[in-house]
Amino acid sequence: MRKKSFLYFLPILAIAGLIVFNACTTDNGKTVQGHAAPAGLTIPQGFSASVIAENLGAARHIAISPQGGIYVKLQRAKNGKGILYLKEANGAATVANSFGAYDGTGMVIKNGYLYASSNTDVYRYKLNDKSEVINPEQPETIVTKLLNRRAHNSKSIALDDDGNLYVNIGAYSNICSEFDPDKKGCPILDSAGGIWQFKADKLNQSYAEGVRYATGLRNIVGLDWNKQANQLFVMQHGRDQLHGLFPQYYTEKQSAIYPAECMYALKKGDNAGWPYMYYDQDQNKKILGPEYGGDGKKEADAKYANPVAAYPGHLAPNGLLFYTGTQFPEKYKNGAFIAFHGSWNRAPEPQAGYFVVFQPFKDGKPDGKWEVFAEGFSGSAENTSSGRADHRPCGLAQGSDGSLYVTDDVKGSIYKISYKK
Amino acid sequence: MRIKLFTAALLSLIGVTSVTLAQTKKKAAAKATPRYSLAASITSGLAVYKQYCLTCHQADGGGVQNLNPPLAKTTFVLGDKTKLINIVLKGFNEDVEINGNYYSNAMPAHNFLTDQQVADVLSYVRNNFGNKASGITVAEVKKVRETK
Repeated sequence: MRKKSFLYFLPILAIAGLIVFNACTTDNGKTVQGHAAPAGLTIPQGFSASVIAENLGAARHIAISPQGGIYVKLQRAKNGKGILYLKEANGAATVANSFGAYDGTGMVIKNGYLYASSNTDVYRYKLNDKSEVINPEQPETIVTKLLNRRAHNSKSIALDDDGNLYVNIGAYSNICSEFDPDKKGCPILDSAGGIWQFKADKLNQSYAEGVRYATGLRNIVGLDWNKQANQLFVMQHGRDQLHGLFPQYYTEKQSAIYPAECMYALKKGDNAGWPYMYYDQDQNKKILGPEYGGDGKKEADAKYANPVAAYPGHLAPNGLLFYTGTQFPEKYKNGAFIAFHGSWNRAPEPQAGYFVVFQPFKDGKPDGKWEVFAEGFSGSAENTSSGRADHRPCGLAQGSDGSLYVTDDVKGSIYKISYKK
Repeated sequence: MRIKLFTAALLSLIGVTSVTLAQTKKKAAAKATPRYSLAASITSGLAVYKQYCLTCHQADGGGVQNLNPPLAKTTFVLGDKTKLINIVLKGFNEDVEINGNYYSNAMPAHNFLTDQQVADVLSYVRNNFGNKASGITVAEVKKVRETK
């Protein structure tokens, strides 16, 4: 009898789970009516999604050539190959070539070159007229000997239209406590915790040849150049452990949703304030960090840069892409897609994220509420709340036909999302 | 004086008896409240785990992909006790492979925990998440902490 009544409730439980799943993931973003696609994703009406490749390894950032060739950077080189080149045909992408015996994240095509980053260096490979790498074994070393102290070591990259390369050098610390015990100022910011600018075509540059373009940025994985604003936009991974370190000021719940994951539109010389402050997306204020005398309410020095948009805590924005294609409906044009890798620092509260968000833009500035564009990467509501996601979105690219490509660095899948008119 | 001696003798007799009892009735060890109880240590260890370890290593001990290592069935947890105690006391920041994966976050030193807390939390970790290993005692932690 007991067993029977449980079975009777199963479909109801499943439906309830689905509702909770759909309702929770938006947090305080805009809710969009979606439909389930065969790839296991829920996406807006009119869009379709498919998995075009699987089991590639930890697929981080992705770049697509004008001819449709797909370059993927693997976080850990597999069999001595850290870059995969795939060709797509009949709804499937297959590996045609692989090279680059190093770990890393960055992958960008610009001005006839493929730029790739390891956790210390940036390389570039000349492309032929089919946008294929001419000499995979001999890239040019553009930047070298950047710090890799393990934590936050992704040297994510972006390029502008004036011959500059921007490189993230993440802070190898949560909140600099171990390096600034007397609170005299975080000493690691001279060589980490910011974005450095280099020349895109000059060889063997390092700190001496680069410019610390912006500082006080804890770690940036997703970044992109916005052509409308002619400005670099970055997504910061905010600090962890507000409750763990300061239970007198923050509950576990507050620690799960704060601080915000912030989007910054950077100008040269900006300071975003890490580790001295963080941004509270509900008070809409820059808050003085508790390590530096804050209590969750005291405001930080106004000199620090204001974010242009703020998202719930710990969702880990790993990919940022400004959509310039014409395939998607008009509202997406020049807006931002953000791949949120998903949280872990919300424990013991439920985890969240593992989705791709759309942030509307107008004239090069965020305009209106963000909305969840694609979700379901984790596999289930249970996987999301436990953090045991089947797939985690990481890199984003726009295909030559205007489709959106999303990488997954758990199982190494590539998702392709298209709009059918 | 006499009474004191007698009390001391009685107490030590009780002590010996309870240890003997614990040894003969292994399964009932927790109920007999002996001087050292692995079950009690594991129970106290859960509280320590929740406060200091859970956020990174997660409630299921599975860690976080590429960032924080799992505690389930790794040689770091189940192997050499001295090494394990030192990870807690001194922290850990080495690029080592753990069951085929790498983890980049640095673990800070937890030398502010008492010997009892370290023993309890490690006993908890060694007997949860599918692990089954001997507990870690306060004496073992104390010895490692005193070794420079």
